[in-house]
Amino acid sequence: MGTVTRAHLAETIYAQVGLSRNESAELLETVLERMSATLESGESVKISGFGTFSVRQKGRRIGRNPKTGQEVPILPRRVLVFRPSHVLKSRANGLTPEAGDDGHGGDE
Amino acid sequence: MTKSELIAELATANPHLRGADVELIVATIFDEISEALARGERVELRGFGAFTVKRRDARTGRNPRTGESVAVDEKAVPFFKAGKELRERVNLGGARRPAAERVTG
Repeated sequence: MGTVTRAHLAETIYAQVGLSRNESAELLETVLERMSATLESGESVKISGFGTFSVRQKGRRIGRNPKTGQEVPILPRRVLVFRPSHVLKSRANGLTPEAGDDGHGGDE
Repeated sequence: MTKSELIAELATANPHLRGADVELIVATIFDEISEALARGERVELRGFGAFTVKRRDARTGRNPRTGESVAVDEKAVPFFKAGKELRERVNLGGARRPAAERVTG
């Protein structure tokens, strides 16, 4: 099964919107960069019908090197979490979005 | 930031594009990723992250309210793993200078 890359997405923008290939690739990059910068600032990115990317603060804890069993402190850090919308969950299960009536009407 | 805010920012930064085209660009990106996941494919965007579909086996769950057992079918769950670069940016974004002071670009 294939892997979709930047090149594929840029090609789809090119085909759908009719901009040059170059500009399509640049705009894709701009979108990813705007999303990254927002997340870097700690703010969430909510894409209706797709999902929400948010930043979660993790506290300090004691971890263990699984190989040696040695205790290592894991410092407080911020991690990115993605929560797929019910529309995306349904599509991943081969259902049309309408068929995914799981009661979570969270998307506009 | 919401999808409409993302579209508005993109439109401001690209005044030569029609508003409808900016909307179409953003919609195309997320539609294309969704469609790839629907086909069971993986979407890999270096530096940003990778979207995959994970299979969850059928299991016996419980209704947390009543404690009743319910059969949960096998299902597919969309999953995103941040790429190295984005992971580091998100982590350092909190520890160092406030984001507003930093020059993005």
